[in-house]
Amino acid sequence: MSTTELVEEEAGGLPVGTGGGGGAGSARRGAAAPPRRRRKWLAWLGAVPFLAYVALFLLIPTVEVIVNAFRGTSGSFSLANVRQLTSGQYASAYVASIKVSVATALTGGLLGFFVAWSTLQRGIPRAIRPIVTTFSGVAANFAGIPLAFAFVATLGTTGVVTVLLAHMGLNLTAAGFTLYGFSGLVVVYTYFQFPLMLLIIIPSLEGMRTEWREATASLGGGAWSFWRYVGLPILLPSIASAMVLLFGSAFSAYATPYALTSGYINLVPVLIGSVMSGNIVANPGLGDALALGMILVVSVAVAIYVVLQRRVSRWAR
Amino acid sequence: MGTMKLKGRGWGIFWLVVGALYLLVPLYGMAQFSLETGPHSYGFHWYQTIFDSSQFRSSFLLSLRLALETVAISLVLLVPTVFWVHLRLPRLRPLFEFLVILPFVVPPVALAVGLVGLFRPVTWLVSTPELLAFVYVILALPFSYRSLDAGMRAIDLRTLSQAAESLGARWTTTLRLVVLPNVRSSLLGASFLTLAIVMGEFTIASLLLFNTFPVYIEYIGETKAYPAAALALISFVLTWGAMLGMFIVGRGRGRTHTEVAMTR
Amino acid sequence: MSKLELVEISKRFGAVEALRGLSLEVASGEFLSLLGPSGCGKTTALRIIAGFEHPDVGKLLVDGRDLTAIPANRRSMGMVFQSYSLFPNMTARENVEFGLRIRRRARAERTARALELLDLVGLAGTANRYPHQLSGGQQQRVALARALAIEPEVLLLDEPLSALDAKVRVQLREEIRRIQTSLGITTIYVTHDQEEALSISDRVAVLSLGCIEQIGAPSDIYREPRTRFVAEFVGTMNRLDGKVNPDGSIECGGLCVAHGVALGDHAPGEQVIVLVRPESIVLEELPEPQAASGDLFEGRIVAHTFLGAVTRVTVSVAFGAVTADLPSSRALGLSPGTRVSVRIDPSGVRLLSIGTSGPGSDGSGPTGGGSGGSGPTGEAESPGEEGSATAGGLPTRSAASL
Repeated sequence: MSTTELVEEEAGGLPVGTGGGGGAGSARRGAAAPPRRRRKWLAWLGAVPFLAYVALFLLIPTVEVIVNAFRGTSGSFSLANVRQLTSGQYASAYVASIKVSVATALTGGLLGFFVAWSTLQRGIPRAIRPIVTTFSGVAANFAGIPLAFAFVATLGTTGVVTVLLAHMGLNLTAAGFTLYGFSGLVVVYTYFQFPLMLLIIIPSLEGMRTEWREATASLGGGAWSFWRYVGLPILLPSIASAMVLLFGSAFSAYATPYALTSGYINLVPVLIGSVMSGNIVANPGLGDALALGMILVVSVAVAIYVVLQRRVSRWAR
Repeated sequence: MGTMKLKGRGWGIFWLVVGALYLLVPLYGMAQFSLETGPHSYGFHWYQTIFDSSQFRSSFLLSLRLALETVAISLVLLVPTVFWVHLRLPRLRPLFEFLVILPFVVPPVALAVGLVGLFRPVTWLVSTPELLAFVYVILALPFSYRSLDAGMRAIDLRTLSQAAESLGARWTTTLRLVVLPNVRSSLLGASFLTLAIVMGEFTIASLLLFNTFPVYIEYIGETKAYPAAALALISFVLTWGAMLGMFIVGRGRGRTHTEVAMTR
Repeated sequence: MSKLELVEISKRFGAVEALRGLSLEVASGEFLSLLGPSGCGKTTALRIIAGFEHPDVGKLLVDGRDLTAIPANRRSMGMVFQSYSLFPNMTARENVEFGLRIRRRARAERTARALELLDLVGLAGTANRYPHQLSGGQQQRVALARALAIEPEVLLLDEPLSALDAKVRVQLREEIRRIQTSLGITTIYVTHDQEEALSISDRVAVLSLGCIEQIGAPSDIYREPRTRFVAEFVGTMNRLDGKVNPDGSIECGGLCVAHGVALGDHAPGEQVIVLVRPESIVLEELPEPQAASGDLFEGRIVAHTFLGAVTRVTVSVAFGAVTADLPSSRALGLSPGTRVSVRIDPSGVRLLSIGTSGPGSDGSGPTGGGSGGSGPTGEAESPGEEGSATAGGLPTRSAASL
């Protein structure tokens, strides 16, 4: 409370207009200090409902996770839960989660980039673009449970494509593919990852000027030189930061892997679900520790994203 | 250059076809599965059983109710807040922009863990599904807040409200008569996306043990693949509807506004 | 032998014919401008020379070698674009070095060359800045240095100054000319600004609808336009419909307006288009109303616009209106309504036969000096309109000659 008071005092000495249009108006009317201060307080009060809401349903639950992660069964401070993460099933869940996320960030990122690039090529009708982006919006949002069952119907043991390929003499299972394992997850995640990539990267691609390509040509460079020295260096920060977002999106995914494997795959989100529903050791602190790990991994990804975005804006006009 | 152009076009067509197949084949598989009633016989049998099922109806209605509640809470909470921040507390904007990104940083699973830990002692709250609506407001926050924020930024809120104030309007009147009509399309856009999020959210509903529509689909899918495909198709149509709604209300603003809710 | 030659080049984009049999020769070391309104084909011509577009018909020769089928990156044409062509991820120096890097020159050599060129364009101190840290004028200087770094066969400039402020534009165009002269490099400069083209070039080619209307030294283009289009596009021009009298004088709307005009091959009795530059019209204040005598006739001032050194005055006369430029010091007393005597300097009069107005001038075409800030063009147009009205249904439109 005293800090707010201090801020208020400082603001009182500043020229009119710092606090917003209405405040400036009242100051100009020459109101005495007490009413003005009251209005200022009211202004701050306006932010309270939202801040309280976010605190109650987001911040405090997050703090709860952090605190409980460091609380032992007796209720006192303990590193036991966190220490468990570094070994065995839990550690391998993180490794598997990160592997799947990296793999689908790459597959989805590359496919999304190429499709986005294709919509901008000369000779591809412009009318394609809104169709592609609208459909990508749908596909990127069509995820979770229904997506999993769409793929069961397509690439599951009796799926439409599986049966079709079997008729053509290609046995997917024999070829090492299973929808319910790592390879399946990559295929399914890519379904929402690549439209997401496309939506993120298209603005950057549209920012590539034809003059750059033509300038390269007039200076003696071909397509390779253009991409090597100009195109990729300009796009790389955007591509990388988009892929970091894809990583986060895959890493947090719970519904898709849960539905595909009925909860029997060792990924961190699925593991947390099992711990919570008591399928594994009924140790609530363990779930919190696992969740804390997730928050940390995503935080690192977001930090990388922010740094990369700064690089993007260095060249922005 | 001429050959380069052709090469670009050839590869362009190639990748577009690959992308289109990737997106369409699973939809086709899902549609065919949902209509398959036996070897080489097709019909709407599965849809019939689904629509007849009381579990379907109750879970679907629950999700729909939660969706509407979430939209309502979001609007009541966010419209005055964003308006107020723009007008009176511009210095708080960076803080708010940081807060509304946080739901990305805390994955839904982790949030569910925290919610259970926090609210378990409050039995009445944990047993009422409305808890979900309150949480979904948070999940939708990155989109709903920013959509409103962009809408209000686009209309020079300060000048408009000063004009209204000079004509004698209170801020509540300004909000109701001047601001809301001008940000209607961003309000609608945010509402459609919120709708799509709630109708598809599985993680938190499942972990907090509520039988919403996605939880019902998953329950069916564990044992019956064909009706599950039919349910997935219904869900897909819902997503399409919400996205189409966003597209239509966004068109007036001169840009196609595509957002992605990260509820996997 | 000419350095660069375009032979009967035609290019069509869908339904639009951008170039129609364009032929052009540029001498070694020459500075040639392609001048014309937007859509006249000047940029297409330049892009064909650069290799970004390919002609449907025709040939491009450089030093007698046929380059028509050679791709852009093997032509060695230095190109400066309108704007935003610098690579944003490279500093000014790296941009200039780029062509040499592709040519696999040693690092020390290309750095030295880049710094030398940046110095030449007056940017020695900004070598390590990124494009977004440079002003528009500085960016174009870097672009020029980058194009020059590869010692190109021909330097191509595509409206390089159009995105800049008026003042920077004048300053930079003089510098471009200075650098071009000192290097002796063959240069083709595309612009829609006639003042720019006239001030900077050895020769100017005026283009309209994919054809060259006239090509020649700037002073010839200005003083002796050969078609109505050129007359109206380059500078401001009064266009009157007149007749050659048997005594060799020129008559407009029944008034004799000039004696002793060089008639060329225009026969007495012929209907002609009379072209007069505003600076060739002399005004004197008239105390008393006076009948027309000799080549002096009367008018009344309708409007005047102060343009700095000169004042542009619109005068209504018996057969319509004319525009005159007076030194501003002499225009002080002339307010709207003032009666003046009007005299046309016969050495400033050009005559065109009615049928030879050329492909570009279909009556609706642009008049005056383009958008390059050469002054009001509307005033120049109105006398012409009035003139054609008094011509009494004579076919002043030349669409038939297309």
